[in-house]
Amino acid sequence: MSSKEEVLILDFWGSPFCMRVKIALNEKGVGYESREENLFGGKSELLLSSNPIYQKVPVLLHNGKPLSESSIIVDYINETWPSPPLLPSCPYEKAQAKFWVDFIDKKVFEAGGNIWRSNGEALEQAKQEFIEILKQLEEVLGDSDFFGGKAFGFVDIIAIPLTSWFLAYEKFGGFKVEDHCPKFSAWIKRCLQRDTVAKAIPDSEKVYELVAQLRKMNGIE
Amino acid sequence: MADEVVLLDFWASMFGMRVRVALAEKGIKYEGKEEDLTNKSPLLLQMNPIHKKMPVLIHNGKPICESLIIVQYIDEVWHDRAPLLPSDPYQRAQARFWADFIDKKMYNSGWKVWTTKGEEQEAGKKEFLENLKTLEAELGDKPYFGGDRFGFVDIAFVVFYSWFHAYETFGNFSVEAECPKLLAWARRCMEKESVSKSLPDQKKVYEFVAQMRKKYEAE
Repeated sequence: MSSKEEVLILDFWGSPFCMRVKIALNEKGVGYESREENLFGGKSELLLSSNPIYQKVPVLLHNGKPLSESSIIVDYINETWPSPPLLPSCPYEKAQAKFWVDFIDKKVFEAGGNIWRSNGEALEQAKQEFIEILKQLEEVLGDSDFFGGKAFGFVDIIAIPLTSWFLAYEKFGGFKVEDHCPKFSAWIKRCLQRDTVAKAIPDSEKVYELVAQLRKMNGIE
Repeated sequence: MADEVVLLDFWASMFGMRVRVALAEKGIKYEGKEEDLTNKSPLLLQMNPIHKKMPVLIHNGKPICESLIIVQYIDEVWHDRAPLLPSDPYQRAQARFWADFIDKKMYNSGWKVWTTKGEEQEAGKKEFLENLKTLEAELGDKPYFGGDRFGFVDIAFVVFYSWFHAYETFGNFSVEAECPKLLAWARRCMEKESVSKSLPDQKKVYEFVAQMRKKYEAE
């Protein structure tokens, strides 16, 4: 007999970190409620009390108990609802997957941020660094369908939401990811074919408008 | 089949210390190889081509990098003794959260304390002390971060104890005065052989940091 699970996400539609949590829950077939936070207006009491350290989204509340930090939340989701497994069972393969999650977490969003926040020479350098990172990830992917190998998994979940911001980087940076990293582009398309992913990821044009707004707010021409 | 365990390490590295403590907790025999940070070995560059940093654990020839990932790996492989992480998924997530906080906040604010001067250092010191107090609040009245048992978060943070004297001297503060419960916790951990044998002497670390600081001042 299973008791009713209460799964609530404190969310922001444009946050790739929130998208990760939604995709993980979708993959596990777990139903959830999502509550949109107003990050520009005023964060909710629930958010501030559930994540007092960082006061950021996403927060997952599972039967009232809060969890923060998206990669840690996805790990929790994988352990709490074991099927289908998102990580390999072999400790070495698992450690490798976590290494790449850590790499992606440390590098991709920041490098993308350097693109939309810059102009001139700084922008050119930011573009180069961003493309280098994607090329490194392409090498990791190799000829596999997914970072998880044959099956879509943890690393794919951590990476794919970040790509919803790529159109914005491309427009402000004046380049196309596909021209430099065709394998990576193919992987993006492959992931977006999954219903569990597609319904959690917003339209890239909407994200582009969000980033344009952020640029204005940060005083970037 | 005998396990071959090699640790590429640097004596003063807090990240290296974490792995030493985890291996000691599990009673695992290993070969420690000391790296010269100014002249990294071909083995290190081969085993960690992405970050080129230590520690690297090489288990039967296969490398694992990033200290917290290594500690979790050790816990999973040698799962029959001295568990480092709780078994409950929610508790595990909390442990990972705090270890991540330590990595994100403590190391960087500590860095500012010993590498900068003036206003920048004051700001770093303020942040460092705030973060220490946050950790102290999280510890509460528990003997260890893990509760009754020494575990993952304790391992992640106790390594900073070896650097306290350096932080205190360059930052001009006393951890005991600011966070007495945290210092008591650190001393409690140091009573464990797995910890005391894995951490270098505070004075030696201070001398090393003083030397490194001169380098930063010269630049």
